[in-house]
Amino acid sequence: MRSDVTGYELNAPPSLQAVLTQIASEPGRHALIAGGTELMVALNTGRLASRSLISIQHLRELRFIRVTTDAVHIGAGTTFTDIRRKEIIARELPMLAQAASWTGSIANQNRGTIGGNICNASPAADTPPALLAYKASVTLLSLRGERTIPYEEFHLAYKKTALEPDEILYSVSVPRAYEGWRQYIRKVGTRNAQAISKIALAGLALVRSDEIQEIRIGAASLADRPLRCVGAEGAVRGRSVAQSDLEGTVRLGSAALAREAKPIDDIRSTAMYRSAVAANLLEEFLRQLSS
Amino acid sequence: MKCGIQLAVNGEERRVNVPPMKRLLDVLREDLHLTGTKEGCGEGECGACAVLMNGELVNSCLVPALQANGARLCTIEGVSTEGRLHPIQQCFLENGGAQCGICTPGMILATHHLLDKHPTPTLEQIQEGLAGNLCRCTGYMRIFEAVQKAAEAQHAI
Repeated sequence: MRSDVTGYELNAPPSLQAVLTQIASEPGRHALIAGGTELMVALNTGRLASRSLISIQHLRELRFIRVTTDAVHIGAGTTFTDIRRKEIIARELPMLAQAASWTGSIANQNRGTIGGNICNASPAADTPPALLAYKASVTLLSLRGERTIPYEEFHLAYKKTALEPDEILYSVSVPRAYEGWRQYIRKVGTRNAQAISKIALAGLALVRSDEIQEIRIGAASLADRPLRCVGAEGAVRGRSVAQSDLEGTVRLGSAALAREAKPIDDIRSTAMYRSAVAANLLEEFLRQLSS
Repeated sequence: MKCGIQLAVNGEERRVNVPPMKRLLDVLREDLHLTGTKEGCGEGECGACAVLMNGELVNSCLVPALQANGARLCTIEGVSTEGRLHPIQQCFLENGGAQCGICTPGMILATHHLLDKHPTPTLEQIQEGLAGNLCRCTGYMRIFEAVQKAAEAQHAI
């Protein structure tokens, strides 16, 4: 049932500093709302627990894409549409552009933000697999200062993140280090638009003379949080993807992936299906490295 | 708690006093009596409530009123001019792109947004542009045809 909106407070502080001050004064009391594509759904279905919300949607300080020599820095308030429109992301970080295009529909991409996608901490979210594979880092901000941590350390458990109650996600930084790397991303859902992943896999690999020199794999809906598949990576790193060796490499990778994956049964799919399809996606990725 | 919200709706300045978390959809329908915008799913999945906010397509069921403060809005009521249908509306009518009408306002605004960004859209761009708008009557082929005709009509002007 829909919530009674008169029971909710919402304010829009004039600056990021004002937002930080407000959340520091009453840590944990307020929920931050950006594009509303998640929290307004919760409101409309009677599941929005926090009664006091702070809008950060209007904060220009959080909406930017800055390109430096080493990285692309994306403000937490940057929308999926902003990401899709940025040429350098399409060119150098195509998995991120692709993931942004999968998120909801055009109307949702115009409102939804990369920060929201990460902080909502759904294990099925679209951008995390690519961000894990790219070894992104996240910068968190509070009145106490800022800190930058590897994105793979951000998700601690189901819907639990490294954000302290007085902290806000400020930006996501993706290294510009993947020229010559092979990139693979695929989402399996009921349809292209709107559908939440049954399973998704992002893969990034550096292959020289048929040998996998470096590899990173990120997955959605394979665990209680977005999963960096370090087991599968370790199993195939240094292995050959030459036609004659490919079967063996695929077998090693799939076996390791099966050991680290902890999928569940839910309304969108089953654990068995997810495990089987994840193995197929990994195989497809490895086969592409072979050609 | 209520707050004053200033909106430019279809070129007209409007002011409402509403709870800040009230959905823009409800502000439009209940406070401004613009009932052309429809509610479908109420979860941002179906696009029936889509409107243009500062030129961008949004689902109004997911926009809290406070976040629309100061915005420029275009709803289905603002698409036609002086009682004459917009070419997009005319093409939906002529090509059987509308039946029960619930999805139509959102479809028209999504098409408006699509043709702003891609004046000569490919079929794939049309499919993606309207992928967030669900229709349960006509089937999508007639809607896609209507959009293609609308794109041609806009070039003819």
